[in-house]
Amino acid sequence: MKKWNLIKWNLIIDVDKCTNCNVCAVAVQDEHVGNQFPGYAEEMPKHGHRWIEIMRRERGTGTAMDVAYLPTLCQHCDNAPCIKKAPDAIQKRADGIVLIDPVKAKGRKDLVEACPYGAIWWNAEKQIPQHWIFDAHLLDRGWKEPRCVTVCATNAMTSVKVDDAHMARLVDEQGLQVRLADAKTKPRVYYKNLWRYETCFIAGTVSCLRDGQIECLAGAEVRLLSDGDVIETQKSDVFGDFKFDKLAGQSTHFKVIVDADGQTQMVDNINLDQSINIGEIHFA
Amino acid sequence: MKLSLILFGMALLFRYARWRNPEFRQRLAGKDLKVQIKTQDGKQGRLFLFQKGRVSSRSGVHADADFSLVFKTAEVAGRLLMPPINQLQQIEAMKNFLFHPAGKDEDSVWFAQSVMTAISTGWKTGSAASDGTTRHCTITNGGPLFVYVKDGRIIRTTPIIFDDEDAPSYTVQAHGKTFTPPRQTSLSPHGMNWKSMVYAPNRLLTPLKRVDFDPNGARNIANRGLSGYEPISWDEAFDLVASEIKRMKRVYGQGAIAQSNGSHHNWGNIGYYLSAKIRFMNAIGTTEVHHNPDSWEGWYWGALHHWGGSLRVGGGEPFGTMEDCLKNAEMVVFWSSNPEATNGLYSGFEGSIRRQWLKGLGLRIVHIDPHFNDTAQFLGGKWIAPKPTTSPALALAIANVWMNEQSYDTDYVAKRTQGFETWRDYVLGDDDGIPKTPEWQETETGVPAKDVRALAREWAAKRTYLAAGGLGNTFGGAARNPTGSQWTRTMVCLMAMQGLGKPGINLGNMQMGVPHDFSFYFPGYADGGISGDLNNTALAVSLYQRMPQLATMNPSTQIIPRLKLPDAIIDGYAEGQVWDARTIEGQFSKAIYPKPGHSPVHMLYRYGNAILGTLSDANRYVEMYRSPNLEFVVNQSIWDEGDTRFADVILPACTHLERTDIGEWANAGGYGAHFNSQVNHRVIAFQSKCIEPLGDSKSDYDIFTGLAMRLGLGSYFTEGMRDVDWAKRMFDASDLPDHISWKKFIKKGYFVVPTEREDLRAPTAYNWFAEGRKKDVPEAMPLPGDYTEAFGEGLQTQSSKFEFECESLKRYMPDDPERPPIAKYSKSWEGPRVPELAEFPLRLITPHSRYSFHTQGDGKDSYLNDIKDHRELIGGHYYWIIRLHREDAKARDIADHDLVCVHNNRGAVICVAHVTERLLPGVVHSYESSAEYQPMGAPGASVDRGGCINLLSPSRTQIKNAHSMANGLSMVEIEKWDGTTTFIRKDPLTAAQGLNAEGAKK
Repeated sequence: MKKWNLIKWNLIIDVDKCTNCNVCAVAVQDEHVGNQFPGYAEEMPKHGHRWIEIMRRERGTGTAMDVAYLPTLCQHCDNAPCIKKAPDAIQKRADGIVLIDPVKAKGRKDLVEACPYGAIWWNAEKQIPQHWIFDAHLLDRGWKEPRCVTVCATNAMTSVKVDDAHMARLVDEQGLQVRLADAKTKPRVYYKNLWRYETCFIAGTVSCLRDGQIECLAGAEVRLLSDGDVIETQKSDVFGDFKFDKLAGQSTHFKVIVDADGQTQMVDNINLDQSINIGEIHFA
Repeated sequence: MKLSLILFGMALLFRYARWRNPEFRQRLAGKDLKVQIKTQDGKQGRLFLFQKGRVSSRSGVHADADFSLVFKTAEVAGRLLMPPINQLQQIEAMKNFLFHPAGKDEDSVWFAQSVMTAISTGWKTGSAASDGTTRHCTITNGGPLFVYVKDGRIIRTTPIIFDDEDAPSYTVQAHGKTFTPPRQTSLSPHGMNWKSMVYAPNRLLTPLKRVDFDPNGARNIANRGLSGYEPISWDEAFDLVASEIKRMKRVYGQGAIAQSNGSHHNWGNIGYYLSAKIRFMNAIGTTEVHHNPDSWEGWYWGALHHWGGSLRVGGGEPFGTMEDCLKNAEMVVFWSSNPEATNGLYSGFEGSIRRQWLKGLGLRIVHIDPHFNDTAQFLGGKWIAPKPTTSPALALAIANVWMNEQSYDTDYVAKRTQGFETWRDYVLGDDDGIPKTPEWQETETGVPAKDVRALAREWAAKRTYLAAGGLGNTFGGAARNPTGSQWTRTMVCLMAMQGLGKPGINLGNMQMGVPHDFSFYFPGYADGGISGDLNNTALAVSLYQRMPQLATMNPSTQIIPRLKLPDAIIDGYAEGQVWDARTIEGQFSKAIYPKPGHSPVHMLYRYGNAILGTLSDANRYVEMYRSPNLEFVVNQSIWDEGDTRFADVILPACTHLERTDIGEWANAGGYGAHFNSQVNHRVIAFQSKCIEPLGDSKSDYDIFTGLAMRLGLGSYFTEGMRDVDWAKRMFDASDLPDHISWKKFIKKGYFVVPTEREDLRAPTAYNWFAEGRKKDVPEAMPLPGDYTEAFGEGLQTQSSKFEFECESLKRYMPDDPERPPIAKYSKSWEGPRVPELAEFPLRLITPHSRYSFHTQGDGKDSYLNDIKDHRELIGGHYYWIIRLHREDAKARDIADHDLVCVHNNRGAVICVAHVTERLLPGVVHSYESSAEYQPMGAPGASVDRGGCINLLSPSRTQIKNAHSMANGLSMVEIEKWDGTTTFIRKDPLTAAQGLNAEGAKK
């Protein structure tokens, strides 16, 4: 195999940088609605398809909350379930891009269900399954990157064309993750800061009484314990706030201990089925 | 001898153009005309014959010409016709009767435009792309575009990607890092959406007349909004509208025709409303519907009195703040500032990358907003959530802490400000017995007192940037609600206490202040364009000298304050204080309609975008359109939406992708000086006519030209130019020719202005003021006569200092309880504690929309409909979204994605509910400015499912002595929609409150 065959496309999505502006999704419509690219893609329906779809996750309550957005699209898997189901109609290109042949895949509504990422869309009018094609039609004409990458003003999306070993290094260096790793689909779309979407936090605030006034208590030592072990220690900030993040959901029996003014307070039995704001811990 | 040679040369030019120029050939087709050019004594000349698509000529003067161009002498003709044409000489000659057209105006326009077409032979717009498409450029309200066209169809649109030839980008060093922006432009969602807007199914493609409108018989005015339309030809449409214009003047006299446009139109300096539209309207004489300073409201009526800036609508200087913030600030407080949603203004996502740089520095960031907004989502930080309209109380409490703890810049306050003691007495409660403490504010805002103290102390301890409003030092946000002027006043007072203008201490949100070369001249959209109007645009400042043109002046001085337009039409009376930016005192004058001796309005010429969704208490406009006082309504519009369907005649305009224009990205000129400091590169584009106008639609310029010719004004209106010829004149008038040739410019499509040399960058805003220097930022404001001390010394205020106690207000109306000379807090007149509003307990905040821009981008079956947070498809209809807190939803048994009726006494709108934690309980959130108004029954007497949220907002002006929208907040109730479609409008709430009948129907 020639060396250039090893250079493959990958997409890196930084969840921390996505603001839900949706310009990437609109760019996909701009590119594919009303345009037919023979050999690559049929026209996209004007409405109802989201070849790039942005998912939202709100975490927390009250003013201790945050929101993360997760752009989802065809993952161009190396071990693609859709190809397994329709090897004749779906092609894995040498550059890593997966293409559903709009002619051969006609009538294959079953492929929509094949994708564990929900990234295949059924075009009822044309009776074909469709997906985000990584703008292969443009890359083949010399474009440097797919359109969603070009329009992303916060660099939440970047495309890299490197060999798999290089990509593995990037995964390592940047702590990239794939979605549904257990499905062993080997996606070519990697996520950075996925914790913002997939994990939980425990937040709260510490206050005290000073000269008859309630004040935010900065610098209190706040410890997070799980099953008796201290797993993280923080100092409360100028607003008295603390936030333990990147905690796995569904974990149980967290305990928060706050030391301040020579006193200790504790919030016990925190069941973390979702991010939680334990509110104000007051030192009288 | 010389003249005959020139005329012979012209004949050759025509023959050459016919051979090489398809547009010229197209003009010749179907036009038979004999044009004589001659001297007044009839002794010299040449006859040009345009017949059957051919052109020929004969020397001498002939008796059978259809049309003549008559020059006083052969010398004059030789001078004026000798290329290259000197525009100043041409128009001076016209004004001095050195030449005149003799014959029909339309022939005059046709011939002159044909000459211009012939001269333009060889101009080639756009460049070939690799896939067989042609790449054109344009600029939109949401950023510049490459537009790829094939076979007359738009294939795709993308941002502009710079090439190696384009000027290098700026760099900024801060904290050991080097920052430089990407080598391309960015697009907001509505900027990326233009293909679907151009090909929208509700494009108006032919002139239309309401089926039951007969200008010579029954007009059936009450059927506006109900009846259908029939297509008519352009000739019929032009004749009908022109005859109504003449009839109005003949029957009623000056003032009878009002014209009204939205606040924005398609981008470009020629076709813009402050350009071609003003030129035309001045030519016919109209009552101006005078705009309020919308979106700047609180700044103009409030902060302005403390720190000046009338020519910035009350906002502040932008210079250098981006770099200063990165280098010197230790904390940034975003206060009602959500630039990630509002894109500043016009500027795509240019500021986002810079806020990302800021985020990377790890400064402390605070967001104060009842909504966990998109900027908070993006940047993270501390969220403080005051109840809507109560922010002034929170600000006073911060000042109270600083005063009590002596943690403000006492030296600065002593040297650079005036009237501090009076304000301090109020803040500490020495004058009214109520100290404005953190505990005091807690009852108003709901924000814990301890958080306010912590914020105040951190702010005082750190060099802090205050990001107030969408642009950081002005615009949008809380300035649009009933306490808007209080809020802006407290914002600037806080900054004056901390030393505004010292390094790291300023107003800004990284949205403005990019270090451009501001001395490179290219006009913005409000710099006069082709308006010829020296009174109501900034034309007189520079462009009039650089691009001489025939001056225009509106013969009618009657004006209607825009927010009172329905009152003016329905009741025949309206008054309001006008936006007059020349000085602080400009805003104290009142306009009263009707003006003595002027006719009341009987005809409305609506132009530009649909505006029903953008104006407060929108049902008043529905009623207005159905008033018998309005005998004729014409609407010149691109799309069939909003209030278009209340017109008697509809004139279909094309988008700016279907006509030629020229413009600079985010350059608003006089309307918003240095707005282009939002974008990372100054980009000036030749806005190509990418495709032919769809259907029978025409450019606004050509529509005005068509009407002007029916009124004998064609030559005056056009000066013989096509839109592209005006674009060429504007190119020549700018600094562009020093850098790029016209032919290259129209081929490549854009030019990037070289960035300013680092050692020549503008100093940081207000640093001159903080350090007591003469003003050294590059802005020609205030007016020279508005300085108190020597020119360039001090602020625009009377004392030339920052005035905590405003001399202007003391002089004007010291006892005005709504706007006293010092910044005070008084409760909103629209709020949960107003007894008459008890049945509407939810505070609805209605910020500028995130995905669309005013009514652009929304509706139109556009791609934006598919954005989950823009609209949602339920039962075949795309509903507008209202966001409410989980607890409020639970109390009303409302689930996510339920259809709900949002209502109060003013209106009822069906929306889809999104349940969220991002709001304070009791606060609901929905964007204003839907393009659609879709009453489910009789207009004005049924629920709307178009998403026209402004049906719910109060029409009352923020403060009585202003002309100011307060539609950022409405009290409403929400319940699951039971399918009811009727709605009975009660008296407007403003009247029901019994507090102030201002803005209410009389």
